[in-house]
Amino acid sequence: MPGFWQDPIGFIANLLHSLLIGWGLPAAVVDVILSVLGAGALAMGAMLFVIFLIWYERKLLGRIQDRLGPNRVGPFGIFQSFADMFKIFTKETITPQGADVIPYNLAPILAVAAVLLVWAVIPFGVNIMGANLSVGVLFVLAAGGFGELAIMLAGWGSNNKYALMGGFRAVAMLVSYEVPMVLALLVPVLLANSLNLNDIVRAQTVPFLFTAPVAAIVFFITQVAESGRAPFDVVEAESEIVAGFNVEYSGLKFGMFYVAEFLHAFTVSMLFATLFLSGWRGPGAEQIPLLGVLYLMIKTFLVYFIIILFRGSLPRFRIDQMLNLNWKVLTPLALVAFFMTALFDKSLAQLGVVGNDLGAQVIRTLVLLVVNGIILWLGERWLSQATRPVRRDVRLTKPAVVDRYPGAK
Amino acid sequence: MSPFQIIFLIVAGLTLASAGMVVTARRMMHAALWLVLTLLGVAVLFATLEASFFTAVQVVVYIGAIAILIIFAVMLTRLNLQEDEPGVNRFAWLAGLVSLLIFAGLVAVLSLWTGFNTVRPTFAGEDIIALGKAMVSANGYAIPFEVASVLLIGALIGAIYVAGEPRKPASKPESK
Amino acid sequence: MLNNWLYIGIFFIIALALPGVAIFLAGVLGPKKSNAEKRATYECGIETVGETQIQFHAQYYIFALIFLIFDVEAVFLFPWAAAYGQMSFYAVLEGLIFILVLMGGLAYVWKKGVLEWK
Repeated sequence: MPGFWQDPIGFIANLLHSLLIGWGLPAAVVDVILSVLGAGALAMGAMLFVIFLIWYERKLLGRIQDRLGPNRVGPFGIFQSFADMFKIFTKETITPQGADVIPYNLAPILAVAAVLLVWAVIPFGVNIMGANLSVGVLFVLAAGGFGELAIMLAGWGSNNKYALMGGFRAVAMLVSYEVPMVLALLVPVLLANSLNLNDIVRAQTVPFLFTAPVAAIVFFITQVAESGRAPFDVVEAESEIVAGFNVEYSGLKFGMFYVAEFLHAFTVSMLFATLFLSGWRGPGAEQIPLLGVLYLMIKTFLVYFIIILFRGSLPRFRIDQMLNLNWKVLTPLALVAFFMTALFDKSLAQLGVVGNDLGAQVIRTLVLLVVNGIILWLGERWLSQATRPVRRDVRLTKPAVVDRYPGAK
Repeated sequence: MSPFQIIFLIVAGLTLASAGMVVTARRMMHAALWLVLTLLGVAVLFATLEASFFTAVQVVVYIGAIAILIIFAVMLTRLNLQEDEPGVNRFAWLAGLVSLLIFAGLVAVLSLWTGFNTVRPTFAGEDIIALGKAMVSANGYAIPFEVASVLLIGALIGAIYVAGEPRKPASKPESK
Repeated sequence: MLNNWLYIGIFFIIALALPGVAIFLAGVLGPKKSNAEKRATYECGIETVGETQIQFHAQYYIFALIFLIFDVEAVFLFPWAAAYGQMSFYAVLEGLIFILVLMGGLAYVWKKGVLEWK
């Protein structure tokens, strides 16, 4: 039996397993019960964590805007989210007339479930994870698809023109931003040779942020857009199209969309930390998995901090600006980065720079860093040339020869 | 009846029932949503077959892209959301007869197939790597791999040709 | 592998049940003073005019279409990328040709002007 510090989940699982077997239940049922307990603990933990996240964001946004943020309910206002939660639980839920019952009610539930699903495949430690899927990366994409479906259901189920149009714009934007996201996701898979998230973390002796910075930047931007956060929040901002697809939702159903958005932002930070910041790796994380959890949380909060800074300081994009950015900048950038990374990494392997030791990794990182730098530089040159304002040609007439001093010699 | 068989029967039954609802739903939007459930059922069946890659691909491509495309197409052509049509038309009996004949034919053919007895080769969790290698190996599927990309481009160009607006349109749809 | 998918299935059901139970609780706890005014469809505070018809831009459909093509391309590329470490240079070149063809597709769509919004 492994010790608790080496393998927390295995230890607890063995304990409960022997306990339940001792009560006389068949082994298969015990496995199912253990899975249910594990999944339930993870899901509950994530939902309760959102309460803390909302407080954190409001405090930070307040500080950015030179005000204090919530500070009345409890020390530093930490109980503010609880108070809001109680309030929203007791609001009346008004169902609009003509609303289609099943889609209307399923949408907020599906929106939260789609985000929670991602938590099941993220490696929190060496052996602390929900399900060690061999196709973890694709599973993350699948969960995103469910999120889009939820928005569609919300927009259509509300029986409201504006909700429907808001829903369509939202889904069109989300679907567009998935293209560079998928292409950027291919790069860590390429570098780690596996779709398994734990394998990707293990392959990062040097974090992929340095080996594939272009892919990291593209992934970060597309994920911020996918979670509908500023500066990409044209589809659900209060001053646009009257709050968009969730205009007919009240009470806790609206609260669930709100929770889904915050949780999505945090999940996106966790994904970024796992894929590009080497996840749970750190000194001592291999021996003591709980340290790995700590490292992952630190990295995630760093990324989440940056996302909140985006929200507090950047103005909103127009939808045509967003779509232009997506198709004309991010997609070509992701494609070229993927192409170049594949080409150069294999060339390096042909030249013999192969292996997981630090020396080979450093050489690989440096070469790919240079390649990415060239891509970024070329991209910047091309962008600045494309967006340079076209000068009006003022040389329409030849300048007349003017005799300034008529009569002078 | 092993629990496996029970799960299979439940999932298969749900999938078939959803497929039936797709065809007989009164509103087009409902049909699209039942289609999503059918596709999800197929994905779960893939999972029970331990084909993880195809489970994920089914959800990503079918539910995440094709179902959304279908919903958009429904919205594009059905301007009145409250439209309510009966689910069955006059020739339902003929369609049912043809379906039954095809089903009987399939059962007859499959009962003679020996493929059901082959053991699934195991790749020890690296089936994706095996798939990737097979896709580019010269005596594997390299040619179909490249042809697939050309096929995708053909589909893209064809779709843009059919659905795209001309550069100088004679009549644009009114914006909002 | 089956255990993993079973866990995912259970997780999905729990993830659906948690908000479901919460919403149900809120429905039980909240007041239920519904009237016709509250239930009316929202249209910036005025009465609704006409049936619920919408103007649908064909642009939405085109974006979803292009996304579908690139999605299928990515599905082909994921196994290729996973097997990258064990492939010969020639095999990598095959994949790069695949990507080049699709870059050509993106360039075509761009030049056609289909990517402009409205």
